[in-house]
Amino acid sequence: MNTLLNSYFVKTHRLEISITIIAIVLFLIYFLGAPHVFTRFPIYRAFMQSMPFFGIIAISATFVVTLGEIDLSFPSIVGITSLTFGLVLTATDGNFFIAFALASALGMFAGLINGLLVTKIGIPSIVATIGTLYFWRGLVNVVSQGSGVAIVDVADGTWHHTLFVEKLFGLIPAQFIWFIALTALMQWVYRYHKFGNHIHFVGDNKDSSQMMGINVDNIKIIAFVQLGFFSSLAGIFTMYEMLYFWPTQGSGLMLTTLAAVFVGGTSVFGGKGTIFGTFIGVLIIGSLESGIVALGLSGFYVQFINGIMITSAVTIYAIIQRKKT
Amino acid sequence: MAEELLQLKNIYKNFGNVKVLKDVNIKINKGEVVALIGDNGAGKSTLIKVITGVHRPTTGQVSFKGEEVVIKSVAQSRKMGIEAVYQERALCDQQELWRNIFAGREITNAFGFLNVKKQRKEAEKILRDYIGFTSKAITVDSTIMGLSGGEKQGVAFGRSLYFDSDLIVLDEPTMGLSIQETEKVLNFVKGLKKENKSAIFIDHNIIHVYGAADRFIILDRGEVVGEFNKDEISREELVQKMIQLHESGKIKVEA
Repeated sequence: MNTLLNSYFVKTHRLEISITIIAIVLFLIYFLGAPHVFTRFPIYRAFMQSMPFFGIIAISATFVVTLGEIDLSFPSIVGITSLTFGLVLTATDGNFFIAFALASALGMFAGLINGLLVTKIGIPSIVATIGTLYFWRGLVNVVSQGSGVAIVDVADGTWHHTLFVEKLFGLIPAQFIWFIALTALMQWVYRYHKFGNHIHFVGDNKDSSQMMGINVDNIKIIAFVQLGFFSSLAGIFTMYEMLYFWPTQGSGLMLTTLAAVFVGGTSVFGGKGTIFGTFIGVLIIGSLESGIVALGLSGFYVQFINGIMITSAVTIYAIIQRKKT
Repeated sequence: MAEELLQLKNIYKNFGNVKVLKDVNIKINKGEVVALIGDNGAGKSTLIKVITGVHRPTTGQVSFKGEEVVIKSVAQSRKMGIEAVYQERALCDQQELWRNIFAGREITNAFGFLNVKKQRKEAEKILRDYIGFTSKAITVDSTIMGLSGGEKQGVAFGRSLYFDSDLIVLDEPTMGLSIQETEKVLNFVKGLKKENKSAIFIDHNIIHVYGAADRFIILDRGEVVGEFNKDEISREELVQKMIQLHESGKIKVEA
């Protein structure tokens, strides 16, 4: 047992192991407390259907958090890009390519503005992105005038609808497969691409990074731009799932998404994080509401238990971190 | 006649209204170790940051290997053959050695993905052959956090040697080190000369500086106020000059 605990893998993956254990315990509680729900497939299908919407943003936000920065504007970027996607798709009579290109370009543009405000103007990211959070949501309201956009006529039954949200073999929602694939890709980028490597260095120590020849501003800007892109992608997934745009689309995503990142073990101080952890964080945060209700507790407990989960997870990480130093 | 490696002409550097460097003229020859001395705030660190591309001079010319250059970034200065070992040591605490050693110049494939195997292998070589770490406690997977001050400095030196640069800039390399570790650093500086490499060496300790350098340049409030070859001045006289500067704000430069 001792050799196992001291092995290199365990030493270097403490965070990932802790979060996985927390998730296993949580699912055991679900399983034992509500076997009639958790021994049957529909609950898992529901999870697979709903988790990817905030999950892909959480994966992408892990890069920004590892930089020691934060982005609070992504819920509104989801809103504005969903609206753009809906309007363009209807206006072009279902031209996916134009709608996708414009929506994702707008998402990246919104990320670019965040990045420039933080690096070139020097506004702390928490402040800058509160500003853009209101700006983009405000623009959604102005453009939509509070009305929704239905895309059912131009999207339902199309190949792109199938590609984004159709169920594979009638069982597994396509968005979940996309979510897994994007998580794997981003995990690879995070750990083994030059960009991911630089994200860790800049988040760890900005001045040392600069002296080692890393272009700190560019890395930060790219991180915000990719989060803008993934936010637009989440918006497009939601549009296909709902076939409808409503002006508050995305606004509920902020806390669940960031909670998944922090519960996943990525340090708010920067320099250290884990995409795998965020993935497990998504499974935990995304399952809490249904899990709690299935256990027979009322919906009023959801936030309360969410609070306990988040606080205990970050407390465990803080203790692990303190032991290391 | 000695071959010139680096020349700075009329360098000025302002941060807003503050003039940090004023008309600095410096020449460094091949195989020469030059010490920059001066009080805190004399402009030593800013000057070397200009040389290594962290800061761009407000005005002035820089020539390297006989050609006029504009050093726009650290990456460019490294490519030219200028390597820095900083006071802050330019290492990131939470990252592993194999990542730190290659930070900013990773070995990658065409798509920008790291060649982890090669990077680890080279880092291993640097640890054993260039730095001389023999302890099994330090591996390429160790993070910087767990290293002593001397070990960190060792990593920074090893990195500069591995990349085979012509000019190594050392910003207070002995600060916070034990006597034994300091000795190693000074030997390293002496070793550079044997390989015909040049160095700029900043240190507060005149005893360290005197033993390691060939020439001394004294900076005060952004200006060069004195320059001496080692054969022109004894250690005691150099100390005397510094005390004089400290007390009167001026150095008597003899013709």
